[in-house]
Amino acid sequence: MRRLLIANRGEIAVRIIRAARELGITTIQAVSAADRDMLAARLADEVVGVGPAHAAKSYLNQAAMLRAALTAKADAVHPGYGFLSENADFAEAVERAGIVFVGPRAETIRLMGNKARAREVASRAGVPILPGAHGGYETTASLAHEIGFPVMIKAAAGGGGRGIRVAADADALERLLAEARNEARAAFGDDTVYLERFLPRARHIEVQVLGDGDHAVHLFERECSLQRRRQKLWEEAPAACLTAESRANLCASAVRLAEMVGYCGAGTLEYLLDEATGEFFFIEMNTRIQVEHPVTEMITGIDLMRAMLCIADGGKLPFTQQDITLRGHSIQCRINAEDPVRGFQPAPGLVHGFAVPGGPGVRFDTMLYPGYTVPPFYDSLLGKLIVWDDTRDQALARLRGALGELAIDGIPTTIPLHRELAEHPDIAQHNVHTGWLEAWLAQTPLTHTETGRA
Amino acid sequence: MATKTIHAPLPGTFYRRPAPDQPPFKNDGDAVTVGDAVGLIEVMKTFTQVVADEAGKILRFLVENEDPVMAGEPLYELEV
Repeated sequence: MRRLLIANRGEIAVRIIRAARELGITTIQAVSAADRDMLAARLADEVVGVGPAHAAKSYLNQAAMLRAALTAKADAVHPGYGFLSENADFAEAVERAGIVFVGPRAETIRLMGNKARAREVASRAGVPILPGAHGGYETTASLAHEIGFPVMIKAAAGGGGRGIRVAADADALERLLAEARNEARAAFGDDTVYLERFLPRARHIEVQVLGDGDHAVHLFERECSLQRRRQKLWEEAPAACLTAESRANLCASAVRLAEMVGYCGAGTLEYLLDEATGEFFFIEMNTRIQVEHPVTEMITGIDLMRAMLCIADGGKLPFTQQDITLRGHSIQCRINAEDPVRGFQPAPGLVHGFAVPGGPGVRFDTMLYPGYTVPPFYDSLLGKLIVWDDTRDQALARLRGALGELAIDGIPTTIPLHRELAEHPDIAQHNVHTGWLEAWLAQTPLTHTETGRA
Repeated sequence: MATKTIHAPLPGTFYRRPAPDQPPFKNDGDAVTVGDAVGLIEVMKTFTQVVADEAGKILRFLVENEDPVMAGEPLYELEV
Protein backbone atom coordinates (compact mmCIF):
# COMPACT_ATOMS: atom_id res chain seq x y z
CA MET A 1 0.00 0.00 0.00
CA ARG A 2 1.65 3.20 -1.16
CA ARG A 3 -1.16 5.58 -2.16
CA LEU A 4 -4.32 5.78 -0.06
CA LEU A 5 -7.50 7.60 -1.11
CA ILE A 6 -9.52 8.86 1.85
CA ALA A 7 -13.13 8.53 0.71
CA ASN A 8 -14.55 10.54 3.59
CA ARG A 9 -14.30 13.93 5.25
CA GLY A 10 -14.28 15.69 8.63
CA GLU A 11 -12.50 14.42 11.71
CA ILE A 12 -12.25 10.79 10.58
CA ALA A 13 -10.42 11.82 7.39
CA VAL A 14 -7.89 13.63 9.59
CA ARG A 15 -7.54 10.51 11.75
CA ILE A 16 -6.94 8.30 8.69
CA ILE A 17 -4.36 10.71 7.23
CA ARG A 18 -2.39 10.76 10.49
CA ALA A 19 -2.30 6.95 10.68
CA ALA A 20 -1.33 6.54 7.01
CA ARG A 21 1.35 9.22 7.25
CA GLU A 22 3.03 7.35 10.11
CA LEU A 23 3.19 4.25 7.91
CA GLY A 24 4.83 6.19 5.09
CA ILE A 25 1.76 5.99 2.86
CA THR A 26 0.98 8.88 0.50
CA THR A 27 -2.46 10.31 1.33
CA ILE A 28 -4.94 11.52 -1.27
CA GLN A 29 -7.99 13.29 0.14
CA ALA A 30 -11.33 13.14 -1.73
CA VAL A 31 -13.01 16.55 -1.58
CA SER A 32 -16.42 17.85 -2.60
CA ALA A 33 -16.69 21.38 -3.96
CA ALA A 34 -17.60 22.53 -0.42
CA ASP A 35 -14.60 20.90 1.26
CA ARG A 36 -11.53 22.25 -0.51
CA ASP A 37 -10.58 24.15 2.67
CA MET A 38 -11.20 21.42 5.21
CA LEU A 39 -8.43 20.33 7.57
CA ALA A 40 -8.04 16.90 5.95
CA ALA A 41 -7.50 18.56 2.57
CA ARG A 42 -4.76 20.72 4.10
CA LEU A 43 -3.04 17.77 5.78
CA ALA A 44 -3.18 15.32 2.88
CA ASP A 45 -0.35 15.01 0.37
CA GLU A 46 -2.79 15.41 -2.52
CA VAL A 47 -6.46 16.21 -3.05
CA VAL A 48 -8.86 14.99 -5.72
CA GLY A 49 -12.32 16.42 -6.46
CA VAL A 50 -15.30 14.07 -6.27
CA GLY A 51 -18.18 16.38 -7.15
CA PRO A 52 -20.59 19.02 -5.84
CA ALA A 53 -21.36 19.84 -2.21
CA HIS A 54 -24.40 17.56 -2.06
CA ALA A 55 -23.14 14.27 -0.58
CA ALA A 56 -25.27 12.15 -2.92
CA LYS A 57 -23.28 13.63 -5.80
CA SER A 58 -19.85 13.39 -4.16
CA TYR A 59 -19.04 11.33 -1.05
CA LEU A 60 -21.93 8.94 -1.73
CA ASN A 61 -21.34 8.79 -5.46
CA GLN A 62 -19.71 5.41 -6.10
CA ALA A 63 -18.77 6.10 -9.72
CA ALA A 64 -17.22 9.47 -8.90
CA MET A 65 -15.29 8.03 -5.96
CA LEU A 66 -13.95 5.11 -7.99
CA ARG A 67 -12.99 7.47 -10.82
CA ALA A 68 -11.13 9.63 -8.30
CA ALA A 69 -9.25 6.59 -7.00
CA LEU A 70 -8.21 5.61 -10.53
CA THR A 71 -7.29 9.17 -11.55
CA ALA A 72 -5.17 9.59 -8.45
CA LYS A 73 -3.56 6.17 -9.03
CA ALA A 74 -4.55 5.09 -5.52
CA ASP A 75 -3.80 1.50 -4.61
CA ALA A 76 -6.11 1.56 -1.57
CA VAL A 77 -9.31 3.31 -0.46
CA HIS A 78 -10.27 3.99 3.17
CA PRO A 79 -14.00 4.62 3.47
CA GLY A 80 -14.07 5.88 7.09
CA TYR A 81 -17.57 5.69 8.64
CA GLY A 82 -20.94 6.62 7.11
CA PHE A 83 -21.01 7.47 3.36
CA LEU A 84 -19.78 4.42 1.36
CA SER A 85 -18.19 2.58 4.30
CA GLU A 86 -20.82 -0.16 4.49
CA ASN A 87 -21.72 -0.26 0.81
CA ALA A 88 -20.91 -3.77 -0.44
CA ASP A 89 -21.30 -2.79 -4.11
CA PHE A 90 -18.72 -0.04 -3.70
CA ALA A 91 -16.29 -2.35 -1.89
CA GLU A 92 -16.71 -4.87 -4.70
CA ALA A 93 -16.19 -2.25 -7.44
CA VAL A 94 -13.03 -1.01 -5.73
CA GLU A 95 -11.60 -4.53 -5.43
CA ARG A 96 -12.55 -5.31 -9.04
CA ALA A 97 -10.56 -2.27 -10.14
CA GLY A 98 -7.52 -3.85 -8.47
CA ILE A 99 -7.59 -1.42 -5.54
CA VAL A 100 -7.58 -2.48 -1.87
CA PHE A 101 -10.73 -1.63 0.09
CA VAL A 102 -9.72 -0.93 3.70
CA GLY A 103 -12.45 -2.97 5.34
CA PRO A 104 -14.00 -6.41 5.24
CA ARG A 105 -14.74 -8.31 2.05
CA ALA A 106 -17.83 -7.18 0.11
CA GLU A 107 -19.65 -10.42 0.93
CA THR A 108 -19.14 -9.84 4.67
CA ILE A 109 -20.48 -6.29 4.40
CA ARG A 110 -23.48 -7.60 2.47
CA LEU A 111 -24.15 -10.41 4.95
CA MET A 112 -23.91 -8.27 8.08
CA GLY A 113 -25.67 -5.35 6.38
CA ASN A 114 -28.81 -7.43 6.15
CA LYS A 115 -29.86 -7.27 9.78
CA ALA A 116 -32.18 -10.25 9.51
CA ARG A 117 -29.43 -12.47 8.04
CA ALA A 118 -26.94 -11.13 10.58
CA ARG A 119 -29.30 -12.35 13.33
CA GLU A 120 -29.25 -15.82 11.79
CA VAL A 121 -25.46 -15.95 11.60
CA ALA A 122 -25.20 -14.69 15.18
CA SER A 123 -27.60 -17.34 16.31
CA ARG A 124 -25.51 -20.05 14.59
CA ALA A 125 -22.38 -18.71 16.27
CA GLY A 126 -24.08 -19.11 19.64
CA VAL A 127 -24.41 -15.35 20.14
CA PRO A 128 -27.62 -14.52 22.02
CA ILE A 129 -30.18 -12.58 19.97
CA LEU A 130 -33.41 -10.89 21.04
CA PRO A 131 -36.48 -13.08 20.70
CA GLY A 132 -37.89 -12.10 17.36
CA ALA A 133 -38.85 -13.00 13.86
CA HIS A 134 -36.22 -13.13 11.18
CA GLY A 135 -35.20 -14.96 8.03
CA GLY A 136 -38.10 -16.22 5.95
CA TYR A 137 -40.69 -15.56 8.63
CA GLU A 138 -43.70 -13.46 7.84
CA THR A 139 -43.87 -10.56 10.24
CA THR A 140 -47.43 -10.83 11.37
CA ALA A 141 -49.46 -9.96 14.41
CA SER A 142 -49.47 -13.57 15.60
CA LEU A 143 -45.69 -13.60 15.67
CA ALA A 144 -45.70 -10.36 17.61
CA HIS A 145 -47.94 -12.05 20.18
CA GLU A 146 -45.41 -14.85 20.52
CA ILE A 147 -42.58 -12.36 21.06
CA GLY A 148 -44.72 -10.24 23.38
CA PHE A 149 -45.64 -6.54 23.17
CA PRO A 150 -44.17 -3.98 23.04
CA VAL A 151 -42.33 -5.13 19.96
CA MET A 152 -39.74 -3.39 17.81
CA ILE A 153 -40.04 -3.18 14.01
CA LYS A 154 -36.72 -2.84 12.23
CA ALA A 155 -35.74 -2.57 8.57
CA ALA A 156 -33.56 -5.52 7.50
CA ALA A 157 -31.41 -3.17 5.42
CA GLY A 158 -31.39 -0.47 8.13
CA GLY A 159 -28.83 0.36 10.76
CA GLY A 160 -27.64 3.15 12.96
CA GLY A 161 -31.06 3.35 14.53
CA ARG A 162 -32.79 4.39 11.34
CA GLY A 163 -36.26 3.05 10.55
CA ILE A 164 -36.93 1.59 14.01
CA ARG A 165 -40.46 1.68 15.43
CA VAL A 166 -41.94 0.39 18.68
CA ALA A 167 -45.49 -1.02 18.60
CA ALA A 168 -47.30 -1.14 21.94
CA ASP A 169 -50.12 -3.42 20.76
CA ALA A 170 -51.62 -5.20 17.74
CA ASP A 171 -53.41 -2.10 16.40
CA ALA A 172 -50.25 -0.03 16.51
CA LEU A 173 -48.34 -2.93 14.94
CA GLU A 174 -50.57 -3.03 11.87
CA ARG A 175 -50.24 0.71 11.29
CA LEU A 176 -46.51 0.85 12.03
CA LEU A 177 -45.69 -2.20 9.89
CA ALA A 178 -47.08 -0.47 6.80
CA GLU A 179 -45.24 2.73 7.71
CA ALA A 180 -41.97 0.89 8.36
CA ARG A 181 -42.18 -1.00 5.06
CA ASN A 182 -42.80 2.21 3.09
CA GLU A 183 -39.96 4.00 4.80
CA ALA A 184 -37.58 1.06 4.35
CA ARG A 185 -38.43 0.83 0.64
CA ALA A 186 -37.80 4.56 0.18
CA ALA A 187 -34.65 4.70 2.30
CA PHE A 188 -32.94 1.41 1.51
CA GLY A 189 -34.72 0.07 -1.61
CA ASP A 190 -35.74 -3.03 0.38
CA ASP A 191 -38.98 -3.25 2.36
CA THR A 192 -38.04 -6.33 4.40
CA VAL A 193 -38.70 -5.73 8.08
CA TYR A 194 -38.37 -7.94 11.14
CA LEU A 195 -39.61 -7.90 14.70
CA GLU A 196 -37.68 -7.99 17.96
CA ARG A 197 -38.68 -7.87 21.60
CA PHE A 198 -38.44 -4.33 22.95
CA LEU A 199 -36.39 -3.93 26.13
CA PRO A 200 -37.79 -1.01 28.13
CA ARG A 201 -34.56 -0.43 30.07
CA ALA A 202 -31.36 -1.47 28.39
CA ARG A 203 -27.78 -0.40 28.05
CA HIS A 204 -26.03 -0.17 24.69
CA ILE A 205 -22.82 -2.17 24.83
CA GLU A 206 -20.61 -2.96 21.87
CA VAL A 207 -17.51 -5.07 21.35
CA GLN A 208 -14.60 -3.99 19.16
CA VAL A 209 -13.10 -6.77 17.08
CA LEU A 210 -10.19 -7.03 14.67
CA GLY A 211 -9.81 -9.90 12.25
CA ASP A 212 -7.38 -10.90 9.50
CA GLY A 213 -9.68 -13.42 7.80
CA ASP A 214 -8.30 -16.38 9.73
CA HIS A 215 -8.27 -15.18 13.32
CA ALA A 216 -10.16 -12.57 15.25
CA VAL A 217 -9.51 -10.86 18.56
CA HIS A 218 -11.62 -8.53 20.69
CA LEU A 219 -10.46 -5.25 22.20
CA PHE A 220 -13.02 -5.29 25.01
CA GLU A 221 -16.25 -3.36 25.00
CA ARG A 222 -17.62 0.18 24.97
CA GLU A 223 -20.78 1.48 26.57
CA CYS A 224 -22.77 4.04 24.60
CA SER A 225 -26.07 4.27 26.47
CA LEU A 226 -26.25 8.08 26.38
CA GLN A 227 -28.09 8.72 23.13
CA ARG A 228 -30.44 11.28 21.70
CA ARG A 229 -32.63 10.16 18.80
CA ARG A 230 -30.51 7.01 18.70
CA GLN A 231 -27.40 9.09 18.08
CA LYS A 232 -24.63 8.48 20.58
CA LEU A 233 -23.31 11.54 22.41
CA TRP A 234 -21.10 10.10 25.16
CA GLU A 235 -19.16 6.85 25.05
CA GLU A 236 -17.04 4.96 27.56
CA ALA A 237 -14.70 2.00 27.65
CA PRO A 238 -14.93 -0.38 29.37
CA ALA A 239 -18.60 -0.75 30.37
CA ALA A 240 -18.41 -0.21 34.12
CA CYS A 241 -21.61 -2.19 34.71
CA LEU A 242 -20.11 -5.54 33.62
CA THR A 243 -18.54 -8.13 35.88
CA ALA A 244 -15.31 -9.75 34.73
CA GLU A 245 -17.27 -12.90 33.94
CA SER A 246 -19.99 -11.22 31.86
CA ARG A 247 -17.29 -9.22 30.06
CA ALA A 248 -15.45 -12.43 29.17
CA ASN A 249 -18.65 -14.10 27.89
CA LEU A 250 -19.72 -11.06 25.88
CA CYS A 251 -16.33 -10.56 24.25
CA ALA A 252 -15.92 -14.28 23.51
CA SER A 253 -19.30 -14.29 21.73
CA ALA A 254 -18.15 -11.41 19.52
CA VAL A 255 -14.96 -13.28 18.56
CA ARG A 256 -16.98 -16.42 17.70
CA LEU A 257 -19.18 -14.44 15.32
CA ALA A 258 -16.24 -12.59 13.76
CA GLU A 259 -14.36 -15.85 13.18
CA MET A 260 -17.44 -17.60 11.79
CA VAL A 261 -17.70 -15.00 9.00
CA GLY A 262 -13.89 -14.86 8.46
CA TYR A 263 -13.93 -11.22 9.45
CA CYS A 264 -11.19 -9.04 7.99
CA GLY A 265 -10.47 -5.58 9.42
CA ALA A 266 -12.06 -3.60 12.27
CA GLY A 267 -15.67 -4.21 13.22
CA THR A 268 -18.09 -3.68 16.06
CA LEU A 269 -20.81 -5.95 17.38
CA GLU A 270 -23.58 -4.04 19.08
CA TYR A 271 -25.52 -5.56 21.97
CA LEU A 272 -28.28 -4.53 24.33
CA LEU A 273 -27.87 -5.40 27.99
CA ASP A 274 -31.24 -5.99 29.68
CA GLU A 275 -31.17 -4.19 33.03
CA ALA A 276 -33.86 -6.45 34.44
CA THR A 277 -32.13 -9.79 33.81
CA GLY A 278 -28.51 -8.94 33.06
CA GLU A 279 -28.78 -10.82 29.74
CA PHE A 280 -27.10 -9.42 26.65
CA PHE A 281 -28.47 -9.67 23.12
CA PHE A 282 -26.71 -9.06 19.80
CA ILE A 283 -28.45 -6.41 17.69
CA GLU A 284 -26.19 -5.68 14.73
CA MET A 285 -22.63 -5.58 13.46
CA ASN A 286 -21.02 -2.47 12.02
CA THR A 287 -18.43 -3.46 9.42
CA ARG A 288 -16.32 -0.30 9.67
CA ILE A 289 -14.39 1.90 12.07
CA GLN A 290 -16.68 3.75 14.48
CA VAL A 291 -16.79 7.34 15.73
CA GLU A 292 -16.12 6.12 19.27
CA HIS A 293 -13.07 3.97 18.46
CA PRO A 294 -10.66 6.24 20.43
CA VAL A 295 -11.94 5.08 23.84
CA THR A 296 -10.89 1.54 22.88
CA GLU A 297 -7.47 2.81 21.77
CA MET A 298 -7.06 4.55 25.13
CA ILE A 299 -7.76 1.46 27.26
CA THR A 300 -5.78 -1.01 25.11
CA GLY A 301 -2.96 1.17 23.77
CA ILE A 302 -3.69 -0.23 20.30
CA ASP A 303 -3.96 2.11 17.30
CA LEU A 304 -7.06 0.74 15.53
CA MET A 305 -6.58 2.83 12.40
CA ARG A 306 -3.01 1.59 11.99
CA ALA A 307 -4.18 -2.00 12.56
CA MET A 308 -6.87 -1.56 9.87
CA LEU A 309 -4.32 -0.31 7.35
CA CYS A 310 -1.83 -3.10 8.15
CA ILE A 311 -4.48 -5.83 7.83
CA ALA A 312 -5.76 -4.35 4.56
CA ASP A 313 -2.18 -4.37 3.28
CA GLY A 314 -2.22 -8.14 3.56
CA GLY A 315 -0.83 -8.35 7.06
CA LYS A 316 -1.86 -10.80 9.73
CA LEU A 317 -3.05 -9.69 13.16
CA PRO A 318 0.11 -8.36 14.81
CA PHE A 319 -1.02 -9.54 18.27
CA THR A 320 -2.85 -12.41 19.96
CA GLN A 321 -5.71 -12.11 22.41
CA GLN A 322 -3.25 -12.56 25.30
CA ASP A 323 -1.33 -9.49 24.15
CA ILE A 324 -4.37 -7.25 24.53
CA THR A 325 -4.91 -5.95 28.03
CA LEU A 326 -7.44 -3.58 29.47
CA ARG A 327 -6.03 -0.71 31.46
CA GLY A 328 -7.92 2.17 33.07
CA HIS A 329 -11.06 3.89 31.86
CA SER A 330 -11.79 6.22 28.95
CA ILE A 331 -14.67 8.59 28.15
CA GLN A 332 -15.44 10.38 24.87
CA CYS A 333 -17.77 13.36 24.41
CA ARG A 334 -19.00 14.20 20.92
CA ILE A 335 -18.68 17.91 20.26
CA ASN A 336 -21.33 18.71 17.66
CA ALA A 337 -22.25 21.97 15.93
CA GLU A 338 -25.69 21.83 17.51
CA ASP A 339 -27.36 24.17 19.98
CA PRO A 340 -28.57 22.11 22.96
CA VAL A 341 -30.55 25.13 24.19
CA ARG A 342 -32.57 25.26 20.95
CA GLY A 343 -33.56 21.65 20.50
CA PHE A 344 -30.14 20.70 19.13
CA GLN A 345 -30.69 22.90 16.09
CA PRO A 346 -27.75 22.52 13.69
CA ALA A 347 -25.34 25.43 13.81
CA PRO A 348 -22.82 25.55 10.97
CA GLY A 349 -20.66 28.65 10.54
CA LEU A 350 -17.35 30.35 11.14
CA VAL A 351 -15.14 29.17 14.00
CA HIS A 352 -12.99 32.14 14.96
CA GLY A 353 -10.79 30.13 17.27
CA PHE A 354 -10.80 27.49 19.92
CA ALA A 355 -9.01 26.45 23.09
CA VAL A 356 -8.03 22.81 23.44
CA PRO A 357 -7.37 21.24 26.83
CA GLY A 358 -4.15 19.34 27.43
CA GLY A 359 -2.27 17.32 30.01
CA PRO A 360 -1.88 13.57 30.39
CA GLY A 361 -4.72 11.35 29.24
CA VAL A 362 -6.47 14.10 27.24
CA ARG A 363 -7.03 13.87 23.49
CA PHE A 364 -9.07 16.03 21.08
CA ASP A 365 -9.70 14.59 17.60
CA THR A 366 -11.13 17.40 15.50
CA MET A 367 -11.75 18.72 12.00
CA LEU A 368 -11.46 22.35 13.14
CA TYR A 369 -8.83 24.99 12.70
CA PRO A 370 -9.15 28.69 13.56
CA GLY A 371 -10.92 30.54 10.75
CA TYR A 372 -12.62 27.39 9.36
CA THR A 373 -16.23 27.71 8.27
CA VAL A 374 -18.16 24.55 9.15
CA PRO A 375 -20.27 23.82 6.07
CA PRO A 376 -24.02 23.11 6.44
CA PHE A 377 -24.05 20.14 4.05
CA TYR A 378 -22.77 17.30 6.22
CA ASP A 379 -23.14 15.97 9.74
CA SER A 380 -22.53 18.15 12.74
CA LEU A 381 -19.60 16.36 14.39
CA LEU A 382 -16.80 18.88 14.99
CA GLY A 383 -14.60 16.79 17.20
CA LYS A 384 -14.34 14.35 20.04
CA LEU A 385 -12.92 15.07 23.47
CA ILE A 386 -11.41 11.88 24.89
CA VAL A 387 -9.95 11.38 28.35
CA TRP A 388 -8.26 8.44 30.02
CA ASP A 389 -7.32 7.72 33.62
CA ASP A 390 -6.74 4.76 35.94
CA THR A 391 -10.32 4.59 37.25
CA ARG A 392 -13.72 5.78 36.03
CA ASP A 393 -13.98 8.33 38.87
CA GLN A 394 -10.60 9.77 37.98
CA ALA A 395 -11.49 9.82 34.28
CA LEU A 396 -14.66 11.78 35.10
CA ALA A 397 -12.67 14.28 37.16
CA ARG A 398 -10.20 14.67 34.30
CA LEU A 399 -13.11 15.10 31.87
CA ARG A 400 -14.65 17.89 33.99
CA GLY A 401 -11.36 19.74 33.92
CA ALA A 402 -10.90 19.23 30.19
CA LEU A 403 -14.46 20.35 29.40
CA GLY A 404 -13.80 23.44 31.50
CA GLU A 405 -10.86 24.32 29.28
CA LEU A 406 -12.43 23.41 25.94
CA ALA A 407 -13.92 26.44 24.20
CA ILE A 408 -15.09 26.91 20.63
CA ASP A 409 -15.62 30.50 19.57
CA GLY A 410 -18.21 31.35 16.93
CA ILE A 411 -20.87 28.66 16.87
CA PRO A 412 -23.00 26.91 19.51
CA THR A 413 -21.87 23.38 20.39
CA THR A 414 -22.76 20.50 22.68
CA ILE A 415 -19.98 21.47 25.14
CA PRO A 416 -22.45 22.93 27.73
CA LEU A 417 -24.48 19.72 27.59
CA HIS A 418 -21.41 17.62 28.32
CA ARG A 419 -20.44 19.90 31.22
CA GLU A 420 -23.84 19.28 32.80
CA LEU A 421 -23.63 15.54 32.17
CA ALA A 422 -20.15 15.32 33.68
CA GLU A 423 -21.54 16.78 36.93
CA HIS A 424 -24.67 14.63 37.08
CA PRO A 425 -24.95 12.13 39.96
CA ASP A 426 -26.57 9.46 37.72
CA ILE A 427 -23.57 9.63 35.41
CA ALA A 428 -21.16 9.55 38.33
CA GLN A 429 -22.94 6.45 39.68
CA HIS A 430 -23.24 5.06 36.18
CA ASN A 431 -26.98 4.68 36.62
CA VAL A 432 -28.05 5.17 32.97
CA HIS A 433 -29.84 3.39 30.13
CA THR A 434 -30.58 4.16 26.47
CA GLY A 435 -33.64 6.27 27.37
CA TRP A 436 -31.91 8.21 30.16
CA LEU A 437 -30.58 11.18 28.15
CA GLU A 438 -33.87 11.99 26.38
CA ALA A 439 -35.82 11.72 29.63
CA TRP A 440 -33.34 13.98 31.39
CA LEU A 441 -33.37 16.53 28.54
CA ALA A 442 -37.17 16.61 28.64
CA GLN A 443 -37.10 17.36 32.39
CA THR A 444 -34.10 19.64 32.49
CA PRO A 445 -33.92 21.84 29.42
CA LEU A 446 -30.58 23.58 29.11
CA THR A 447 -30.83 27.34 29.23
CA HIS A 448 -27.30 28.49 28.68
CA THR A 449 -25.77 28.72 25.23
CA GLU A 450 -22.11 29.22 24.91
CA THR A 451 -20.29 30.65 21.96
CA GLY A 452 -17.75 32.31 24.26
CA ARG A 453 -14.39 33.69 23.37
CA ALA A 454 -11.60 31.16 23.05
CA MET B 1 -47.02 44.73 -9.93
CA ALA B 2 -43.56 44.60 -8.49
CA THR B 3 -40.91 41.92 -8.52
CA LYS B 4 -39.19 40.86 -5.32
CA THR B 5 -36.39 38.45 -4.69
CA ILE B 6 -36.92 35.94 -1.88
CA HIS B 7 -33.78 34.82 -0.05
CA ALA B 8 -32.79 31.58 1.67
CA PRO B 9 -33.41 31.78 5.44
CA LEU B 10 -30.73 29.15 6.19
CA PRO B 11 -27.60 27.75 4.59
CA GLY B 12 -27.73 24.17 3.33
CA THR B 13 -28.97 22.03 0.48
CA PHE B 14 -32.12 23.28 -1.23
CA TYR B 15 -34.78 20.79 -2.33
CA ARG B 16 -37.66 21.74 -4.57
CA ARG B 17 -39.51 18.46 -3.94
CA PRO B 18 -40.83 16.96 -0.68
CA ALA B 19 -39.31 13.59 -1.75
CA PRO B 20 -37.32 12.46 -4.80
CA ASP B 21 -40.33 10.66 -6.32
CA GLN B 22 -42.77 13.53 -5.78
CA PRO B 23 -43.54 16.64 -7.86
CA PRO B 24 -42.00 20.00 -6.91
CA PHE B 25 -43.68 22.06 -4.19
CA LYS B 26 -44.00 24.93 -6.71
CA ASN B 27 -43.18 25.49 -10.36
CA ASP B 28 -42.26 28.68 -12.18
CA GLY B 29 -45.49 30.61 -12.75
CA ASP B 30 -47.33 29.11 -9.76
CA ALA B 31 -49.27 31.29 -7.36
CA VAL B 32 -48.26 31.22 -3.68
CA THR B 33 -50.15 32.26 -0.61
CA VAL B 34 -48.70 32.99 2.80
CA GLY B 35 -47.77 29.72 4.52
CA ASP B 36 -47.30 27.69 1.33
CA ALA B 37 -44.30 25.37 1.32
CA VAL B 38 -41.95 26.27 -1.52
CA GLY B 39 -39.00 24.01 -0.71
CA LEU B 40 -36.87 22.31 1.91
CA ILE B 41 -33.44 23.23 3.20
CA GLU B 42 -31.30 20.48 4.67
CA VAL B 43 -28.85 21.71 7.27
CA MET B 44 -26.61 18.99 8.70
CA LYS B 45 -29.13 16.24 8.02
CA THR B 46 -32.03 18.27 9.50
CA PHE B 47 -34.78 19.30 7.08
CA THR B 48 -36.55 22.65 7.44
CA GLN B 49 -39.47 23.68 5.26
CA VAL B 50 -39.13 26.98 3.42
CA VAL B 51 -42.51 28.68 3.76
CA ALA B 52 -43.73 31.69 1.78
CA ASP B 53 -44.32 34.70 3.99
CA GLU B 54 -45.60 36.77 1.10
CA ALA B 55 -48.27 35.99 -1.49
CA GLY B 56 -47.84 36.43 -5.22
CA LYS B 57 -46.74 34.59 -8.32
CA ILE B 58 -43.41 32.81 -8.59
CA LEU B 59 -41.73 34.16 -11.71
CA ARG B 60 -38.79 31.80 -11.53
CA PHE B 61 -36.63 29.79 -9.18
CA LEU B 62 -33.00 30.90 -9.06
CA VAL B 63 -31.63 27.64 -7.60
CA GLU B 64 -32.10 24.08 -8.76
CA ASN B 65 -33.12 21.02 -6.78
CA GLU B 66 -30.24 19.81 -4.51
CA ASP B 67 -28.20 22.97 -5.09
CA PRO B 68 -26.15 24.30 -2.18
CA VAL B 69 -27.41 27.65 -0.87
CA MET B 70 -25.95 30.14 1.57
CA ALA B 71 -28.16 32.06 4.02
CA GLY B 72 -29.42 35.16 2.22
CA GLU B 73 -28.81 33.74 -1.25
CA PRO B 74 -31.65 34.47 -3.74
CA LEU B 75 -34.11 31.54 -3.97
CA TYR B 76 -36.86 32.80 -6.28
CA GLU B 77 -38.39 35.88 -7.87
CA LEU B 78 -41.88 36.76 -6.75
CA GLU B 79 -44.37 39.02 -8.50
CA VAL B 80 -46.43 40.78 -5.85
